[in-house]
Amino acid sequence: MRKLLNTLFVTTQDAYLSLDGENIVVKNEEETLGRYPLHNLEAVCTFGYAGASPALMGACAARNISLTFLTRNGRFLARVIGEDRGNVVLRKEQYRISDNERRSALVARNIIVGKLYNSKWILERATRDYPLRIDVDRMKRVTASLSETMKLVRNVEDLGILRGLEGTAAVQYNSVFDDLILQQKEHFSFRGRSKRPPLDNVNALLSFAYTLLANDMKAALEAVGLDAYVGFLHRDRPGRASLALDLMEELRGVYADRLVLSLINKRIINSKGFHKKENGAVIMDEDTRKQVLKAWQERKQEKIIHPYLHEKISWGLVPYAQALLLARFIRGDLDEYPPFLWK
Amino acid sequence: MLILITYDVSTSSAEGRRRLTRVSKKCLDYGQRVQNSVFECILDTTQFRRLKYELEELIDTEKDSLRFYNLGDKYKTKVEHLGIKHSYDMEGPLIL
Repeated sequence: MRKLLNTLFVTTQDAYLSLDGENIVVKNEEETLGRYPLHNLEAVCTFGYAGASPALMGACAARNISLTFLTRNGRFLARVIGEDRGNVVLRKEQYRISDNERRSALVARNIIVGKLYNSKWILERATRDYPLRIDVDRMKRVTASLSETMKLVRNVEDLGILRGLEGTAAVQYNSVFDDLILQQKEHFSFRGRSKRPPLDNVNALLSFAYTLLANDMKAALEAVGLDAYVGFLHRDRPGRASLALDLMEELRGVYADRLVLSLINKRIINSKGFHKKENGAVIMDEDTRKQVLKAWQERKQEKIIHPYLHEKISWGLVPYAQALLLARFIRGDLDEYPPFLWK
Repeated sequence: MLILITYDVSTSSAEGRRRLTRVSKKCLDYGQRVQNSVFECILDTTQFRRLKYELEELIDTEKDSLRFYNLGDKYKTKVEHLGIKHSYDMEGPLIL
């Protein structure tokens, strides 16, 4: 497995990114904020609006470094994609599967099994760790029904039914998600998912974490030569990276939700960093966003044993590993797509 | 792994000064300048070999010298810094 390289986040508003030799140079007016060799980077995420030089975009594309532009509040704007990589044969097979509802469903159901398994694990682990602070009976009821749904999903070959099952499971998971928040309850509570814009602190954090995960997922899919925009569970829609959203499903919980929970429960962030705008949208201030990014990067460095590959890799390589496994399935080297089943 | 590179390039002639700029630019492509002619680079074995080869091409072995210190992967316990010119940690969170 390849080595996980670093991600550079630029949150300074007026920063301009340019290329100098083999370095990315970040400038604010005339002052140089940083200079980093490109070969140490995996991705660059910028929240500023001054932009980047075409030379840098080209250099990033050539070296397979993902370069993403986000708004000040962390919403996705654009991404630089270079020449297509990988194998046409692989991509054409991906399109064939995507065009075929039944074949799509066979991949999609494995993804959903992964998602349900991981959600269940998050809840079970919380019940085990905090039996006195959590309504154990309620939690047990939800995990039992998630197991039931998982059994049903395994035999479904229809995308419509799959989406229905996934939807009900998500409702159940969300109904107890608030119970997992154990600290700072007065400022952080979860009453259901709201997005574009997020209407409370928890949703603002979740949206931000999902954007980061989506970027990692898109970059990983492209690195293995798949088309991030052609999905199986999520259907085609212009500008939507459907395949990235598909593969994200199984990672949302273990990757993003858990990070958000630990940021709140360990009091790494607090309510002072959130502001409500007139339209009800909640945005984070710059310091809070930096805290989240720092925690995100540190989590990515942590090592785990990949449950399917049995190989020690860093968390940050999990999207890449799953993209690789999906490519192997599409190529016909694996009989089924093995989802990421974390425990 | 962390490679520490130091060099001495003779600047008595115009040719030497040109070599000095080239060597320092090459080192900068691969890592960060921590002191005037001292560079720290996070490299894998291939990158290290390539850098060594490229630098060898640039210097005049009669007049200049180059030294490479391999500090391995656990370099964090081996480096201590005092005084000005703080460096960044290439493997820690990079947020500007």
